Amino acid sequence: MGVVTPGFTGRARGASPRLPPGQYLAEDFPVLSAGPTPRVSTERWEFAVVTESGERRSWSWSELMALPSEKITVDIHCVTQWSKLDTRWRGVPVDALVGDLDTAADYVMAHSYGGYTTNLPLADLLGGQAWIAYEYGGKPLTPEHGGPARLLVPHLYFWKSAKWVRELRLATKDAPGFWETAGYHDYGDPWREQRYQGD
Amino acid sequence: MARTAVSGRLAWRVARLAEIRQETPTARTLVFDIPGWPGHLAGQHVDVRLTAADGYTAQRSYSLAAPSNGDRIELTVQRVADGEVSEHLTGPYAVGDPVEIRGPIGGWFVWRPTDSAPVLLVAGGAGIVPLMSMIRARREAGSKALFRLVYSLRTPAELYYAEELRRPYAGLDISYVYTRELPEGLSGIPRRIDVATLNTAAWPTEFGATTYICGPTGFVETAADIMLALGHSPQSIRTERFGPGRD
Repeated sequence: MGVVTPGFTGRARGASPRLPPGQYLAEDFPVLSAGPTPRVSTERWEFAVVTESGERRSWSWSELMALPSEKITVDIHCVTQWSKLDTRWRGVPVDALVGDLDTAADYVMAHSYGGYTTNLPLADLLGGQAWIAYEYGGKPLTPEHGGPARLLVPHLYFWKSAKWVRELRLATKDAPGFWETAGYHDYGDPWREQRYQGD
Repeated sequence: MARTAVSGRLAWRVARLAEIRQETPTARTLVFDIPGWPGHLAGQHVDVRLTAADGYTAQRSYSLAAPSNGDRIELTVQRVADGEVSEHLTGPYAVGDPVEIRGPIGGWFVWRPTDSAPVLLVAGGAGIVPLMSMIRARREAGSKALFRLVYSLRTPAELYYAEELRRPYAGLDISYVYTRELPEGLSGIPRRIDVATLNTAAWPTEFGATTYICGPTGFVETAADIMLALGHSPQSIRTERFGPGRD
């Protein structure tokens, strides 16, 4: 147990077993971004997957919309300590976009409009664990929350769910992305409280 | 993009409250003694963890309000309605009481004394905190980098660091925007930050200035969008947002 702060009682205990350690429940949907919000029109929007050998597959907005989508209801956890339960999304599973590519890659660098990057193991994007999400709460995803489309990887801290996602680059070696270079954890499992490097 | 690498594990350290400075009726600056503090850059933040007698813990992130000063650090905490951490830190929390702190965190929303480019700081309410750290770091370092601050607040009573900001410093220009109530003697009407405000305050685009914007999400979105519309590059604009849910 940590050092007790005298007089601190805190809120009611046992609020939710769905809250990872160090997290609190947020009713609203806070925003965390390092710079201005990119505005990408769906006419200009393109999404691509690039393998380690340079093979590239891309989708326009209408091509993405034509793919089978899924409704997803998940809990999300931000490294800045808020969590939000039962958030509702719609998106295309990453399996459908990466599934039959010829690759030996174990890692992915997600690249976003605006220059943001974040690294993840490829296995964490497959098996129904990750989506390219374009609806939130039954409405088109707004730009400040990553619209027109963002990566959604709810089992990791939310900075891994790259907003304004543009490209997934598969790689045989792991390399740190934007926040990871600044000291945040390479994997980011909220249940193991992997906020910063060394956690 | 130069950023600070945080090496090794970020350990929780025990910090004890050394001094309280009341900034407004609902916000106070907390000065801590934190032995072994590794130092930090202006703009960085920390995680604060409180533990109750039964082992219950709650943690939140707070911006550092002043540059590194040995084993002393300063945070400014705004009381948030129903915020279990901020209510304690702005209430019963007393000099000598311990908390746990780890950091520094964040290597993007930072200003270094070696940065010579002009700077525009845009603060919305409590968003002044990390920007004040930059202003203080500039002063302590004797930096000649030109600074401008646009500080938006609802009423004059919500001004943080009032005495310090009133003192003139060469190379620092400050303008205030009041959204609900003007100071006595000031004519005009309350207004929000707008194109005219930032068009006046912003450095010419060819100056290669860096803009730091901190405040509530809606404020930051508005200010950043205006800066883009005025022709500033996305790379020159750094933001830190806190939603209404942040404690």
